[in-house]
Amino acid sequence: MTTTQLVLISLGVLIAVLTVVSVLGLLPSLRIVPDDTHFDFTQFRRISFPISATLSIVAIVLFFTHGLNFGIDFKGGTLMEVRAKSGSADLAQMRTTLGGLGLGEVQLQQFGGPADVLLRVAEQPGGDKAQQAAVDKVRGALGESVDYRRVEVVGPRVSGELLGWGMAGLMLAIGAILVYLWFRFEWQFALGAMIANVHDIVLTIGFMSISQVDFDLTSIAALLTILGYSLNDTVVIYDRIREMLRRYKKMPMPQLLNESINSTLSRSIITHVTVTLALLALLLFGGHAIHSFTAVMMFGVVLVGTYTSIFIAAPILIYLGVGEHREDAPDTAPPAKKSKV
Amino acid sequence: MLYFTRWRALGIVLTALIVCLCAVPNFFPEAQVKTWPAWAQRRLVLGLDLQGGSSLQLEVDSNYVKKEKLDQVRDDVRRVLREAKIGFTGGVTVRNDAAEVRITKDTDLQPALAKLRELAQPIGGLMGSSGQRDLEVADAGGGLIRLSIPETAMIERLRKTIEQSIQIVEKRVNELGTVEPIIQRQGNDRILVQVPGLQDPTHLKELLGKTAKMEFRMVDPSVPPDQAQQGRLPPESELMPAATPPPSNYVVKKQVLVAGGDLIDAQATFDQRTNEPVVSFKFNTSGARKFSQATQENVGLPFAIILDGKVISAPVIREPITGGQGQISGSFTVQSANDLAILLRAGALPAPLTVVEERTVGPGLGQDSIDKGELAAYVGSILVIVFMLVTYRLFGVFANIAVAINVAMIFGLLSLLSATLTLPGIAGIVLTVGIAVDSNVLIYERIREELRGGRSPISAIDAGFKRALATILDSNITTFIAAAVLFMIGTGPVRGFAVTLGIGIITTVFTAFTMTRLIVAWWVQWKRPKTVPI
Repeated sequence: MTTTQLVLISLGVLIAVLTVVSVLGLLPSLRIVPDDTHFDFTQFRRISFPISATLSIVAIVLFFTHGLNFGIDFKGGTLMEVRAKSGSADLAQMRTTLGGLGLGEVQLQQFGGPADVLLRVAEQPGGDKAQQAAVDKVRGALGESVDYRRVEVVGPRVSGELLGWGMAGLMLAIGAILVYLWFRFEWQFALGAMIANVHDIVLTIGFMSISQVDFDLTSIAALLTILGYSLNDTVVIYDRIREMLRRYKKMPMPQLLNESINSTLSRSIITHVTVTLALLALLLFGGHAIHSFTAVMMFGVVLVGTYTSIFIAAPILIYLGVGEHREDAPDTAPPAKKSKV
Repeated sequence: MLYFTRWRALGIVLTALIVCLCAVPNFFPEAQVKTWPAWAQRRLVLGLDLQGGSSLQLEVDSNYVKKEKLDQVRDDVRRVLREAKIGFTGGVTVRNDAAEVRITKDTDLQPALAKLRELAQPIGGLMGSSGQRDLEVADAGGGLIRLSIPETAMIERLRKTIEQSIQIVEKRVNELGTVEPIIQRQGNDRILVQVPGLQDPTHLKELLGKTAKMEFRMVDPSVPPDQAQQGRLPPESELMPAATPPPSNYVVKKQVLVAGGDLIDAQATFDQRTNEPVVSFKFNTSGARKFSQATQENVGLPFAIILDGKVISAPVIREPITGGQGQISGSFTVQSANDLAILLRAGALPAPLTVVEERTVGPGLGQDSIDKGELAAYVGSILVIVFMLVTYRLFGVFANIAVAINVAMIFGLLSLLSATLTLPGIAGIVLTVGIAVDSNVLIYERIREELRGGRSPISAIDAGFKRALATILDSNITTFIAAAVLFMIGTGPVRGFAVTLGIGIITTVFTAFTMTRLIVAWWVQWKRPKTVPI
């Protein structure tokens, strides 16, 4: 029996025990957020907005100075994952062998075990046929000394299209979600969510620029997922704000926003813990192939997404003029209930 | 919210059960599932990144297609004008994506236009209803007539070319003895070829990279090749390189005796005398007749066997070949003889194909990815399950049951759709586990709030569900939109992620609205609780 199996089985036993204990009602009640939490999130906007603005500018500057580390999906070229059959790869020798092929710079990078090497050949001038010729050359030079675990060749036409499609998809998703929110809420909410959205994407792109993770199709997938989940969060808070707006016609806007955020805070935190746990498992055990995918998602969903919905998406409604003339309307809800929400 | 009629409860449980059962075939070996009735055979398909294999994207050379069409137009124009005895100066030229001809006499211009317009065919043949034609004939002034191909006609032509190419590609790939290759059209001018289990696509690329246009022509013995190279080439002949080293050239007649389209069979065999690998071939009736006539007229002269503009060999005709059979020898290896036979059997591509994208995953990496994905999925699920138990206790158990049903339903739906599971797809499922409990969290937190607001247990649970469900729907639709967009733009592994994410959202909403409610409703009915242990 392997260690992994052992760990999985003991965790399974733990679940069984916890389940029985839970059914019998023996566990103490756990409150992650105390019931009477009243943090002044709205007031915090005077700090959070400048911070976010600064970070966004930094991210944009990074994007233009540092750039993104375009993977072969968008840049074209060749990526190979090889495993030395001898059990340990001689990088220096491989570098000499491949350097003499006249393919320009061949990037070699060790990852995982000592035998695994990631090999990148930049896009060759001369169109699609030139890329194929480059792969054949590399295969010829390395011959049977390695196992070809993965070979990806993307020609110039395809890489251009993929980038175009990726960007178009991102725009389309933002547009479609905007329209949906506009139908379901008022336009201010849609606009607020949109600003929060762009903020998420800008910061995540800044993160990708700093960390220089490969920016490829899976990054677009990660960005879209971040978009979806961040909105998921925002919508939960907006839903509550809308409900509160209907119920308390006279409550001042900052207070109403605070109540809404505080009453959904427990849910926000618990959900983020579960998503973090899932992502953590993927990050630690999911292997190299989805590593950058989960890392980007971890940053976007866990760090940025939560922060955005609480500190940006909700308070920004004040500036967008939601509930401007509230004081004129009579408060229909019983005042006694207000303190308990 | 907590009341279900017996039929409704039964409907919900049955639906969930049936969807879950769809996942069953995945747990049995493929050979065993094959013996089941057809409706029970649907199962998950592992993506190439998990099972290993090669994916190639090929592009048809649209410039070639256009040039070929224009060349044909040029020949047609020549023929039509000659038949109508209309004089033109400077010949027919092809330039700027059009064929141009200058009519000598002004009086001939109108009749020439009328004659040339007859060349234009309705797009889509007789059935075409668009009223558009595949050729635009315009008077460019000064006696010049321009014949150009409209955009729609070009697209239609490209579509036909792709369709024919797919058939040929299919034949060639199948000749390799691969298991369940996928060959489909991609966009306007691309073909996607996916071959599971193929580790090294080099050979496949070689096979697909050849147009395999076969021609039999006479060698022109009147000029030696080296003189022809210096420009003393007879107008009815052309210079062609040899297919195999050493580099040399042949002067061959432009007239084609028999073309590859007349071949009905080709096999790689060994020459009985020299024991060298050769390719034997067989013509159809019309090919056999043409070949027999040509060989009768040219006994003692060499003829050239040409493949894709290169001369494979140029044997001398010793005697008339009347049986419609023959063999090609040309310093083949066993492999190259075999390849040529495959190419000749499959037929020629209507236009050259270029590999524009290649993604190959070896079986070792595929298995590694499956193992890692599985481990991550188990660990992720266990962490989430434990966390839910600790946080919500009894209601955590309810949530975990719902999540388990949820995941089983995801696999059921994926199998039902025969969807492709990729590594990012597994990530999508793990992520769904993380997010699926969110619906429970929303409901439970709402119940807690309602309890704090002073409601009785049952009324709090009822209100909790009622208010949370609207939120669940709203928040999941946004993520679903993102998944749908991803599905549209993504290919391969990324599309696999979009599929599991989207399906995960559907099952999440379903379980939140039905299963979780049902479980809690049963508990309430059974226990009639005075307090809610949440």
